[in-house]
Amino acid sequence: MRLELSRDQLAQIHAALERAYPDEGCGVLLGRGDGARQVAEVMAFENTREDSRANRYLIAPGQVLEAERRARAQALDVVAFFHSHPDHPARPSAFDLEHAWPWYDYVIVGVVRGRAEATTAWRLRDDRAAFDEVEVAIVAPHAARAAADPAAEE
Amino acid sequence: MSTIRIHIPTPLRAYAGGLATIEVEAATAGEALAKLVAAHPALRAHLYDADGRLRRFVNVYVNDEDIRHLAREATPVSAEDHVAIVPSIAGGRRAPAWATGEDGLPPMSQEELLRYGRHLILPEVGLAGQRKLKASSVLCVGAGGLGSPLALYLAAAGVGRMGIVDFDVVDESNLQRQILHGTADVGRPKLDSAADRIRDINPNVQVERHAVRLSSENALDILARYDVIVDGTDNFPTRYLVNDACVLLGKPNVYGSIFRFEGQASVFDAKRGPCYRCLYPDPPPPGLVPSCAEGGVLGVLPGVIGVVQAIETLKLLLGAGEPLIGRLLLFDALAMRFRELKLRKDPECPVCGEHPSVTALIDYQQFCGIVPADAHAGADDISVRGLADQQRAGDPPMLVDVREPHEWQIARIEGATLMPLNSLPERVSELDSSREIVLYCHHGQRSQRALEFLKQSGFRKLKNLQGGIDAWSREIDPAVPRY
Repeated sequence: MRLELSRDQLAQIHAALERAYPDEGCGVLLGRGDGARQVAEVMAFENTREDSRANRYLIAPGQVLEAERRARAQALDVVAFFHSHPDHPARPSAFDLEHAWPWYDYVIVGVVRGRAEATTAWRLRDDRAAFDEVEVAIVAPHAARAAADPAAEE
Repeated sequence: MSTIRIHIPTPLRAYAGGLATIEVEAATAGEALAKLVAAHPALRAHLYDADGRLRRFVNVYVNDEDIRHLAREATPVSAEDHVAIVPSIAGGRRAPAWATGEDGLPPMSQEELLRYGRHLILPEVGLAGQRKLKASSVLCVGAGGLGSPLALYLAAAGVGRMGIVDFDVVDESNLQRQILHGTADVGRPKLDSAADRIRDINPNVQVERHAVRLSSENALDILARYDVIVDGTDNFPTRYLVNDACVLLGKPNVYGSIFRFEGQASVFDAKRGPCYRCLYPDPPPPGLVPSCAEGGVLGVLPGVIGVVQAIETLKLLLGAGEPLIGRLLLFDALAMRFRELKLRKDPECPVCGEHPSVTALIDYQQFCGIVPADAHAGADDISVRGLADQQRAGDPPMLVDVREPHEWQIARIEGATLMPLNSLPERVSELDSSREIVLYCHHGQRSQRALEFLKQSGFRKLKNLQGGIDAWSREIDPAVPRY
């Protein structure tokens, strides 16, 4: 299992999560593929939790619907969600596990004193018992774009 | 019953035969989901929790509305309706219980961890104990000599909520020992300067101001709101009142008292040991034990005793160490010696004994034999203005100063004779009972006692100078120094 994204896309994710610090930030990745996925677009979202924003995030169903609509329009899928763990390791928590969906990749970024550090990705097992780690692969921008959007020749 | 089309989100398609849309026959949203799960059992674990409730992050929309805002699973559906399962995405790092307060104790911030670092590394306190302190409440009765070090240290230590009872205003003569207040606070209510000082030391502490004189009417209501009561009062009626109220409420009373160079402290917790009345069943006769205003006190002394009280309070809140229950600690600053007396619970104690006779708060002024100040205003009193008028009229009475020689050296009223209270019995013969005699001291208490003594010795033409030399200096002759 592999999640492929460009250096620019990773920088976009990091920038959004650093802006949210000390709260948790979050967002959606659009792309395609199943075992190995290619990211086509990064959508940063507002954390809609009204309490405990320092250790909880929520992407409301309305935001997910918006992301799905945007994905469908480009023949893409919502393939992953990302969020930060401010001043905490980039590993999924019990709370993450309890709330996870299958199939999606969950990208977690440890933001330490306002700086994005480790980036990891995870996918829920079918029996919901645990996450398996997904490899985060940085690929050349043209490869990522081409793989993600082969039809979009400009 | 109509045929309903349910939209399956990408992550669940693997459990629904790879389909994006599934048709079921149903009349409500709940029925549609039940049929869906019956046809594709692998979906169940992802849609429902172990108790059969729809998972919190699973949202079911009928057309564009979340069924939680409609009739939930009873929301009716018909053939034109579009049912969709929509994920909401939630998560977050594992926040420790100390940061979230999920375990019922108050949460702590990073700032607090740094502030209390030296406590956190003590096994007897630690994070759990520090959070216990934050969850706890203490009432300081009085923001004076004892209340000052108490309030400062308890606030610094992180007691979560502190009540202070005081109705006094800061006076210059307080500053020698009441370190809660500063020179700039003179004239301000003590509660205000105390609250400012505490906020500066530790803004995490919630300060509650009780600007009242503690009385039998309000004591139970005020004391009931706190875990531990600390007695920093300087008078017997309030001391008995605090004791009795604590016994009636079942609260520990951390006691301290000071005089000149000596102090004492104990913890009265009637559930575990004696109370103040077991030690002193009856108050002393009024006037026998002089107050600090009359007898003086070394300014640092309340520091020592107040800090002992603060330590005992923290131990009670933490449940650490051996509390000063059943022991009376005596401190002599001149000898620099601590001694300890064993105290026993008195089974006959009228408040905490086996057959208590005091089961509600009483009139403590009367219990201590104190006559209200206005009750003896009258026949035996003369105002400073009255005395000044008499002197001007050329008919001065004999003026007797009953203070101590060292007070006489600081200030005196012109024309007075010094006869310290204790020397009166031997020097009675120096007084002429046919002349009018005006007695004075610092504030009027000692001279009142002198007056009563002389009356018993047969003197009739006696007057007590109201307010003492202090009033004389304030109202008649500012050249007489105040102290």
